[in-house]
Amino acid sequence: MLIREARPGDLESIIEIDNLVSKLAKPDYWRDTFANFMHNRDSRFFLVAEQDGVVKGFIIGEVRAWEFGSAPCGWVFAIGVNPDHRLAHIASNLLAALCDLFVRAGVTKVRTMTSRQDHVLLSFFRSQGMMAGPYQQLEKELV
Amino acid sequence: MKIQRATLLGLYAILELADQPDLQLSRSDIARKFNVSSNHLSKVMRDLGKAGLVEAVRGVGGGYRFSGNAKRTTLLDIINIFEALRFDSPNLREPGMDTELGQALELVLSEINANIHSTLRSISINTMLMLKNRRQQENADTLPSTSAIPPKAD
Repeated sequence: MLIREARPGDLESIIEIDNLVSKLAKPDYWRDTFANFMHNRDSRFFLVAEQDGVVKGFIIGEVRAWEFGSAPCGWVFAIGVNPDHRLAHIASNLLAALCDLFVRAGVTKVRTMTSRQDHVLLSFFRSQGMMAGPYQQLEKELV
Repeated sequence: MKIQRATLLGLYAILELADQPDLQLSRSDIARKFNVSSNHLSKVMRDLGKAGLVEAVRGVGGGYRFSGNAKRTTLLDIINIFEALRFDSPNLREPGMDTELGQALELVLSEINANIHSTLRSISINTMLMLKNRRQQENADTLPSTSAIPPKAD
């Protein structure tokens, strides 16, 4: 399995994987995200896992500083693996590669946020040694 | 959050057995390790057996062996064998909970319950063992190294 930077030609596979995982097609969002992540590539990382010439998973992360009062740290914004290729350590390899890039970018901590209902994703991040951090997400209805 | 003694013993037993899946451990082995009575463990092991998480191995060197799926079994699965933790508004029947103040209090308690439920459901036995191993490593790192003491010359 090859973990490498995403290229424009991977976009359709990424959109399809996200669609399979989230059951919600959002091609415009992915095109914008991809375009954004092509800038500041020393702190923004968009990786894919490729096997036999096929993209089977992706991960996006960025080093962010001082948002929510937090010292610089790596944030995992999205991770997706084609459901047909789960349990093959694709997500673990993607996360490990992203964490290596975070360390090279000078940070020592990685954070993410997931839905409380998404037990598969929560269990995955927990299995990678991640635990609840010192921040709590709050929200309210505006209308 | 406080869990019942039987639940705690069930968690200890499963984690200890899953940590050494090729070994059979007797009830007294487990009881000794966690400083509890072997009798107290008896019903706990029976309940774990009924749930398919352990199997008794008879004969010389017999004992219990982990027979579940350590990647798929969560802390909540084990807790549910021994007690029914309620996460869906468990206080609704308490006095005053039909008042506005009671309902506001219930909102906050529900938030806490949702966090507990999600945490217990997302931590597998494998993840717990990884946490234990990390703890073991940290403890080992803080202990003074015996090799640092030079041997006495004869």
